[in-house]
Amino acid sequence: MSEDTKTPAGLRESATFDRNTMHEIRRAADTGIYDIRGFGAKRKLPHFDDLLFLGASMSRYPLEGYREKCNTSVTLGTRFAKKPIELDIPVTIAGMSFGALSANAKEALGRGASIMGTSTTTGDGGMTPEERGQSKKLVYQYLPSRYGMNPDDLRKADAIEVVLGQGAKPGGGGMLLGQKITDRIAQMRTLPKGVDQRSACRHPDWTGPDDLAIKILELREITDWQVPIYIKVGATRTYYDVKLAVKAGADVIVVDGMQGGTAATQDVFIEHVGIPTLAAIPQAVQALQEMGMHRKVQLIVSGGIRNGADVAKCMALGADAVAIGTAALVALGCNHPKYDDEFKKIGSAAGYYDDYQEGKDPAGISTQDPELSKRLDPVEAGRRLANYLNVLTLEAQTLARACGKNDLRNLEPEDLVALTVESAAMARVPLAGTSWVPGQKF
Amino acid sequence: MKTVNLSEVSIRELNQALHDQKAQCTEETWTVLEPKGQHNIACGLDQTLSVDIHGHAGYYCAGMNQKANVTIHGNAGQGVAENMMSGVVRVKGDASQSAGATAHGGLLVVEGNAGARCGISMKGVDIVVKGDVGHMSCFMGQAGNLVVCGDAGDALGDSLYEVKIYVKGSVKSLGADCIEKEMRSEHLAELTDLLKRAGIDEDPTQFKRYGSARGLYNFKVDNASAY
Repeated sequence: MSEDTKTPAGLRESATFDRNTMHEIRRAADTGIYDIRGFGAKRKLPHFDDLLFLGASMSRYPLEGYREKCNTSVTLGTRFAKKPIELDIPVTIAGMSFGALSANAKEALGRGASIMGTSTTTGDGGMTPEERGQSKKLVYQYLPSRYGMNPDDLRKADAIEVVLGQGAKPGGGGMLLGQKITDRIAQMRTLPKGVDQRSACRHPDWTGPDDLAIKILELREITDWQVPIYIKVGATRTYYDVKLAVKAGADVIVVDGMQGGTAATQDVFIEHVGIPTLAAIPQAVQALQEMGMHRKVQLIVSGGIRNGADVAKCMALGADAVAIGTAALVALGCNHPKYDDEFKKIGSAAGYYDDYQEGKDPAGISTQDPELSKRLDPVEAGRRLANYLNVLTLEAQTLARACGKNDLRNLEPEDLVALTVESAAMARVPLAGTSWVPGQKF
Repeated sequence: MKTVNLSEVSIRELNQALHDQKAQCTEETWTVLEPKGQHNIACGLDQTLSVDIHGHAGYYCAGMNQKANVTIHGNAGQGVAENMMSGVVRVKGDASQSAGATAHGGLLVVEGNAGARCGISMKGVDIVVKGDVGHMSCFMGQAGNLVVCGDAGDALGDSLYEVKIYVKGSVKSLGADCIEKEMRSEHLAELTDLLKRAGIDEDPTQFKRYGSARGLYNFKVDNASAY
């Protein structure tokens, strides 16, 4: 066991009132206002690291890692759309707004995704020409605020994502603080420059799943049934939400776990609302299977995806694809150590920076400051993202081949075991070395 | 003039025929019969068409309208003319909740009453209601004008941005950060024009103007009780 050499022996820190907890109490006492920040949940949660693959041996036949093909392509939106979306890899870029992110960052996301043949997604605030121009496959988010929403852009989209919530703040709306509102963003969102732009937590013209079914039909009518319609939910009551989303007519369902990122939300919301991604996937798959819609309505999972193992584990649990947000920003250069001195000047450090709402990001990503934004070269950053997406894909293929699968979507829960009782119960796979799935019969 | 009877033709067929007019306008005047409360009638139009719907329409009639002039000779369901960009939508009867929600432009006229959340999150549309409007109307309204010739329900203009609201009758209550404002000559001129465009004969001097106090534009802890 390693010892804490910084703290003098005999001084014992409270597990309940640790230094971070005391710091937050003092901060609250000083300011009288809750902490708002970006990023996602920082607390330790049951996650994909708690799962392991069972590679092939005597009872399973592996595929040759460097020769035999392992398909990574996926088609989304096969239920109703005339033009389903074809992705070369099952890793998409999650919705992030121009406003929360700089124009260069949005362009870089489009470039990187396009190189790898996958899609990127708009966010609150509408579609920019740069983003549409650099994204060969672009998903248009249809959000409660409807900032910048117009039928011309709707028809330019390759898919439409009706956003009911996100994993970082299920049940909450958004806020783009005034310091990030430039002339262009103000114009796109039809609001005065410099005011805090509140994004509503619920849609203005429907109130429940029966209404949503009619709303989806309206979107299909307006787009002449051409493109897939996704429904995105933050992971909470996932089993019921997925059933209702299928009933409402979704082609694709996006489930975003609580590790998913945000541009600006109360810390208390990020850390205390929602369920881990790991716990949400089996609920979603169960709902789809019970309705006979698994693989017919595709499932995209997001929230804390970091490497190819996470991708493969999501797919083994039944997802058709994953979406990444925070990891994509890190690939672009978010929190990069080369800016550590500048992070320190604004009271943070590389690897810890989460005040996206302030618009002072030294890496030029979560900012609208023209000088800071210039630091991010969209071509180079796009290339970095493409490299990263490539690694995710190669890693996922490596694991799938080891399990004897020639398609990432052939991975299955039977390929997995869990390291902890909690993760076994959530993922509904056996505890490693046993046949015990907590909550299920022996 | 083209006549479409919705007891014989599906909503999909009607909308596709109307959408096809964008590429090549072969028929400008359309009459829709027997709508029977069906949803999504004439949504997503993008051409200078004139569409008369004889009967009641369901949800999202004329949703996201661009350029077209749509008249509903009956009542309209939820979200009539939602997110309209341009053109004119007229409801001869009453409109259900969220009429003109998030609409960016054009003119919505309701000759009867409008339900709750009329003009919610409106972003530039002009809405004229000859009768009353329900609670939470113009919630988070960003731009445009809302004219109410009758009474307004609870929480009018809650969390309002830059919409100008004109009400002739009573207001049951104002929402957070919405206040009565001085009716200056430019507002009278604007209101006169709105009423004229809507074809409604009312005396603009009888109206009061409401708008945002702009106190909640930036989050301040001192305003916590208002949130």
